[in-house]
Amino acid sequence: MDVKLQSQIFLAFFRVGMLGYGGGPAAIPLVQKEVVELYEWMDDEEFGDLLALSNTLPGPVLTKLSGYIGYRVGGFFGMLGALFASVIPTVVLMIILIGFLTSFSDSPIVQGMTHAIAPVVGVMMLVLTYNFLKTSRNQMGWTGMLALTGLAILITEIADVHPAILIGILLIIGFSSIRHRKQEAGQT
Amino acid sequence: MVYWDLFVAFFIPGIVGYGGGPASIPLVEYEVVQRYEWMTTQEFGEVLALGNALPGPIATKMAGFIGYEVAGAPGAVIALFATVGPSLLAMLLLVGLLMKFKESPRVKRMTSFIRPVIAVLLGALAVDFFATGQEGAGWIQTGILAVGSYILLEVRKVHPAFVILFALAYGAIFLSW
Repeated sequence: MDVKLQSQIFLAFFRVGMLGYGGGPAAIPLVQKEVVELYEWMDDEEFGDLLALSNTLPGPVLTKLSGYIGYRVGGFFGMLGALFASVIPTVVLMIILIGFLTSFSDSPIVQGMTHAIAPVVGVMMLVLTYNFLKTSRNQMGWTGMLALTGLAILITEIADVHPAILIGILLIIGFSSIRHRKQEAGQT
Repeated sequence: MVYWDLFVAFFIPGIVGYGGGPASIPLVEYEVVQRYEWMTTQEFGEVLALGNALPGPIATKMAGFIGYEVAGAPGAVIALFATVGPSLLAMLLLVGLLMKFKESPRVKRMTSFIRPVIAVLLGALAVDFFATGQEGAGWIQTGILAVGSYILLEVRKVHPAFVILFALAYGAIFLSW
């Protein structure tokens, strides 16, 4: 086993994990910097392909990239190293930080701190909501966006159906509908 | 069995969550708070906020922490595996096939169909957080914190980690009595 290569893989994704703020998608430029510019394991085109590829699959994007790149560059152990380095350090930080806070959870100061958090997270979720609606309006227009949004409210919030069921059905419709494809072809 | 429940709770968001980790947050919330009731909305919100204040992918931080809370280190490993494993495995196995689909309008349409659903789930989550904020801190403080953090995040473009630190400091000073 090439120890130098394995440690480079580990270091590259350790930096990506520890320096990327704003979730996995925000860390993608950092991956590009390590993988294409610093270590030159692949060129920009291949990296772009890989990114497009990983967007065709569900699930967190960073771990798909790091796992795949780790595997391509350093085999099975490369994959494990890349995954471990991008995921575990921040999980450990999280467990320590929250454990520390909960050990003081009786103190009024920590209680005040936790009370102040919920509204801020609410705003963050609201901003994400707005961004998702905006992108979807750009892709489908007002009618499509509002129709699907209304449907989603009806099914997940009012009828209280598991959201995964609705998403699964929409994925199947999206994959198989031919009528829409013709419309899209007509537009372009 | 708790290990199986953990696997299912993180496997489902992992395979239906298109759009990366952040898009899977409301799906994780659905499993963790509403279905399995491992946490309250308040607790989930705290974990999410602290997760946002730390670097790294959010979906795995949430999975690792919640798995650890529910069933210790093995729980963390199972929740992490359920989050990361299926999509990575699919990627490794299907690379050749997926290459053909990467620019496909079908794939774009699939993700565009899902986006409004995720938006609704995120919106519902936002409402939940404002409601828990109101329970803990009252409408006035919730309003101040919401407007203040909106201005900092979106108008002044302050880094989320600092906004969360500000909120923690504000809570320590003004909401601790």
